[in-house]
Order: sequence, then C-alpha cells, then structure tokens
Amino acid sequence: MASSVSSKLYSDDVSLVVVLLDVNPFFWAGVNANSGTNQPAAALSFSKFLSHVLPFVSSILLINPLNQVVVIAAGVKSCGYIYDSGGGSDGTSVSDLRAGFLRRLEEFVERDRQLCRDGERAAATTSSLLSGSLSLALCYIQRVFRSGILHPQPRILCLQGSPDGPDQYVAVMNAIFSAQRSVVPIDSCVVGIRHSAFLQQASHITGGIYLKPQQLDALFQYLSVVFAADLQSRSFLQLPKSAGVDFRASCFCHKKPIDRGYVCSVCLSIFCKTHKKCSTCGSDFKQASADSRSKSDSKRKTLEAS
Amino acid sequence: MSGNGVGGPGGRRDAGARGGDDEEEDEEEGLEGEGLAAWERAYADERSWESLQEDESGLLRPIDTKTFQHAQYRRRLLLRTAAAAGDSGSAAPRIQRGLIRYLYVVIDFSRAASETDYRPSRMAVVAKCVEGFVREFFDQNPLSHIGLVAIKDGIAHRLTELGGSPESQIRALMGKLECSGDPSLQNALDLVHGFLTQVPSYGHREILILYSALTTCDPGNIMETIENCKKAKIRCSVVGLSAEIYICKHLCAETGGSYTVALDEAHFKELLQEHAPPSPAIAEYAVANLIKMGFPQRGAETIIAICSCHKEPKVGGGYTCPQCFARVCELPTECNICGLTLVSSPHLARSYHHLFPVLPFNEASVAPLNSYQKSPRTCFGCQQDLLNYGSKSSLHVSCPKCNQYFCLDCDIYIHESLHNCPGCESRRESILS
Repeated sequence: MASSVSSKLYSDDVSLVVVLLDVNPFFWAGVNANSGTNQPAAALSFSKFLSHVLPFVSSILLINPLNQVVVIAAGVKSCGYIYDSGGGSDGTSVSDLRAGFLRRLEEFVERDRQLCRDGERAAATTSSLLSGSLSLALCYIQRVFRSGILHPQPRILCLQGSPDGPDQYVAVMNAIFSAQRSVVPIDSCVVGIRHSAFLQQASHITGGIYLKPQQLDALFQYLSVVFAADLQSRSFLQLPKSAGVDFRASCFCHKKPIDRGYVCSVCLSIFCKTHKKCSTCGSDFKQASADSRSKSDSKRKTLEAS
Repeated sequence: MSGNGVGGPGGRRDAGARGGDDEEEDEEEGLEGEGLAAWERAYADERSWESLQEDESGLLRPIDTKTFQHAQYRRRLLLRTAAAAGDSGSAAPRIQRGLIRYLYVVIDFSRAASETDYRPSRMAVVAKCVEGFVREFFDQNPLSHIGLVAIKDGIAHRLTELGGSPESQIRALMGKLECSGDPSLQNALDLVHGFLTQVPSYGHREILILYSALTTCDPGNIMETIENCKKAKIRCSVVGLSAEIYICKHLCAETGGSYTVALDEAHFKELLQEHAPPSPAIAEYAVANLIKMGFPQRGAETIIAICSCHKEPKVGGGYTCPQCFARVCELPTECNICGLTLVSSPHLARSYHHLFPVLPFNEASVAPLNSYQKSPRTCFGCQQDLLNYGSKSSLHVSCPKCNQYFCLDCDIYIHESLHNCPGCESRRESILS
C-alpha cells in the first residue's frame, strides 16, 4: 500500500485527507424523527449521509493510489480513529473498505453510547467533540510530517452537522492556530441547519474551504467537486467563496457567543458584562468604571452594510 | 581523516574559550581561522564527527537525539510550570500574565557589534534573531506593541515607533544594518523612558536590550536614569553577547528584569526567545481594567460596501462594527463612527493557551502489559506504536487527567504547539451537565 511504494513517486498532488465525521446521535436522531423540537429536519439521514461519504472516501483513494485517508469519528462523549487507509490490514477492494469502515464505526458508536448512558441527561450536550477530533487529526498529521521530507500533503475535512459547543471555544481555537502554524488547511462542510462559526473561522484562518451545501441530496457531488481536488490543483479551480465569517467569541462566564464584550487587560478574558474582579486571573478592576467610554453612545449612526 | 587531526583540537578549544571571550581571544581565533585552508576550516567549524556515535557492534551511526531533545524540552516545561505555580502562590490555576505589552527592543549597533566571534558578525546574528523574535512575539502576544531602538555613535535613535505589525518592524531593521562608535546605555534608557511613559496604564512597559559592548559612554549619572525607569515601572531586561557587566546586572535587578549572557548563536537565540512569552505579571506594574471591545463579522466576498475609514466603495472582505454596523477595512482598529474598539476575536484567542496550559504529562515506563485492561499499545494522539517504536527507547508519557498514553513526539507537539490534550478533549465530564 501507500507506505510500501517507493517514496520517489511522491509529488505535490499526493494528499492525506483526515476526515472528521460527526456521529452525534442527538443530531442524527433529530433528523430522523422529524420531531421538530429545535430544527426543521435536515433532508439527510445518517445512513444516507454515509452513502455519500463512503464513495467520496474511496474516490479520493482512486484519484491517486498514493493518497491516504484517515477517518476520525467525533461523538458526544469520545473521539476515535475508525479508518486508516495507510494501515493496510483492511484489504484493498472497495467492499472490504466499506465493511471494515462500517464495523469500526459501529463499534465506536456503541462505545460512545455506553459512555453516554453513565448517568447522563441528553439535553445538556448536543454538540460533538470537534476540539478532540481536531486535536487527534493534528497529532496524526504531525506524525506524517515527522516521517520524512517526502510526505503526502495533509488536509483536514470536517463533516459537521451538530451545532457548535461554545464550551470548546478555547480548545478549538488552539487547534486552529496550531493547524495554521503547520500550514494544514481545514476544509469544512456543514450538513446541519445553521452555519458553524467555529468552522467558518477554522477555514478562514487556515485557508481552507467552508461550504454549506444547499441540496443535501447531492452531498456526494458537493464533496467530489469541492473537496476532492488536491491542494496543488485548487488554484486552478473556481471554488466557493466565503460568504462571510462569524467572528463572534464565546464569553468566559456563560459560554455563550457574543459580538460585543469586555476584555480583561491582564489576561484578555472575554466577559459579556462588567465584573468587579476577573474570574480567570483574579485582577481587581477598581478604576475600571471611571474610565468609561462616553464617546461610544453619544453619536450613533447606522450604515447599511449591504 | 587527517583533517580531524588538524582541525579538531583547535575547534574544540574555540568552543571552550567562547564562554568568556574578550578582545585578545577574538583576534587569536580570527588569526587561527585565516591560517587554515578552506577545507580545513570546514572541519574546524562544523565538527561533523561529533554527531556520530559508535553502537554496540562498533558501527558508526548518528546520535539518537530524540531522547536528548525530549529531556531538554521536559526540563523547560517543568521550569515554566514551576515558575507559574510559584508566582500565583500555590498550585492554583490562576496565572496572571501581562498580555498587553509595550516592548522596546534596544539593539546595540556600536563598534562592538562588528566583532566576528558570532558568524558572520554579531550584528548580523542579532538582526537575524530579532527578526525571528519579533514574529514569535506577535504570535504569542496579540494586541501587544513592539518598537525598535538602535544605539550607535554614543546616541540612541528610534528605528520604529511602537506598532503591531511584524513586517514593518523587520523591514525598518533590515534597512539600517551598520555599526559604528560607542554605545550609550543611558541615552537609550532616557529615550525609551520618554516613549513608554505615554502608553496606556493597563499596558506592561518593557525594554529588552541586546548589548554587544563591554562599556557604556554616558553623558550623566546613569543611576538616576535607572531610578527613573524603576519609578515608571518599566521592566528592563538585557541579553549580553560578550560578558557580564555590572551596570546591566544592576539595571535588571533594580527594575525586575532578567539578565543573561549568551555563549553562542544557538544560546543567544534561545535566550531571546525566552522573552517572547508574556512574563508572569508583577501585580502593581499595570492597572487592571476592563476594556469594552467589539468582535466584528467579516462580510461576504461578493458584497460591495463603502468603508468608513477610506470612504470608498470596496468589494468583499471588510468587517462590520457590531454596534453601529459601519464597515471597516482592517482589524484591530477603533470604529470611526461609534468609537468602539474593534478586534478580531481569533486575535485574542491566540493567547488563551497561556491561561489554560496543558498540565505536564507524567513519564511512564513500559507497563507490564497484562496489568491494564487496555494496555497502551499505541499513542492516543497519532496511533504510533508505543512498544517497538524508535527501536530502543520505549519511553512514553501519560496525561495526569485523562490517563491516556502519548509518544514523546506528541508530548512535545501538544505542549509546544497544540496546547490541547487530545485525550481530555476527547471526553466530556458527565458531572458538568
């Protein structure tokens, strides 16, 4: 397999794609049941979603025999590797790939479910562990970087459906900056209802592509048209342009996204309202109130942005 | 092989002498260098045989640097954690660091900077390292400002004003690379003191002096200047390139800075980089404050809007003030319409790893395999095989919080770059909800 082929064959267009698969049962169950408590049911069920993703994974492997795909599942309680085409033990034919993939995925979901069952209320956590899966992907990519001068070009593809977990803000940001430092683009394809601010920022900062497909029935086409091309070829393609980036931060006190807030001058923690004391670093803001910006409210003028 | 005989001992002696070199030895080294032929110098300078070692069967192989590097890194990490814990009084996770810094880098471009004990010259090495430092500084300290000052011909002059863009600083520095005359520590301190007293009270004022010379040629009493700096709460640090000097030591001790002297280029670089992460804040050095800020959204690439800063219609990009919805072109800035400070939130987030550091991992030797239910066969991060990886060292580490096992490479990557423990991020505590 990939590792056994002479390294001389490596060129610019050999890619390593780390796919982060959202297997959050709360999201996919919500889609299935069409219960409509919080979302007007996306058009895609998990099995249909997989039937789009699996051919995409095999098509990446077919584009170039040296290409490598690693799939990491992000659950509610855990993250784990579920497929590595460089591992070599799963066999080479497409049906073997599929069987191995599904078997590992099933094991993972079962394990995740058991972790969930340990005294857990469902409603509190509906986000997947994006930060954990990103961290795992980056660790794997670092290992590929270490393997020698000739290595495939790595990139990360997030397939996310569930909403962002604001409590992961710091961790996700850390992962994004680390990816930026090692020049690993993070592509994202959002199959959920709402845009994902985390993934918008991730793709914007690392130079990846952010896409929220309109027609989820045609997911495979979106994936193969936008995300299958290697980094070298991207410059020749007309890829979707960013439709704005949501740069809101999460406040440290309530973990909710805000667009205006108060920043501690000592540690740069963000709060949604004024405090007497910084809860992160313990500094006192005694003189803080005296120095208010009277200027800000005096003249207000609204410009239509678009 | 005869090259070793000629160049080897000479090269070694140089290395020994470099720690405390003075004028005479510099010349001696220069002469010695010229006495050798070019091919001999290659051996004398590089000492390539030092990176080889003999294994059990007598074969030569490159030294296994991995364990060594890892040990070095761990020492650094533990030192850092200890310093942070010591500062906050206990092991509590509250770490006060001055994240908004106003730093002037003072570079000595006097005659002494033309010495060639660093190659090609002290000046070139300093310039190269400062370039790396400036980038690293902005990476680690968003919203901080840096300025450059050069000392030359007995006077100090400002190369750049305090600014937030690494590129313009580096460009200004590279354009002014020449050295002459005597250095004057006092003039430099006076000049920078004048600038730093104007910065906002919540900012941390710092001076970092890269001093090549062994003397200072001052117009007045430098002790008064040092006293002034102390009063203005300016923290002065010095990295010396030649030998320790009393006045620098005194300056740093008075103002709470650190004084270090470099042995060679690599050491100099290391010492300089130590100043990049924000130092644990000294409580009374700056007034804590809450600053109201907005985090604007970035507009779509296709939208046309008139920006409030240039009053011109622009296609795409641009940010929208969350308070008054005016369009601005660049961040960070202050909104022209409503005066709100606008920053990009990722900018702030860049420094959060200082606040929530990853705990140092515990070293774990090879555990007896069957004693654990899930024996750590592979690294949790990269799936590297832990048992027969690297052929001999099967040393690995485990996170004290989530008890996952990691290989040494991942350990370094996690603490130096990622700042997330993949194990802890891959699980969610049930208690929280």
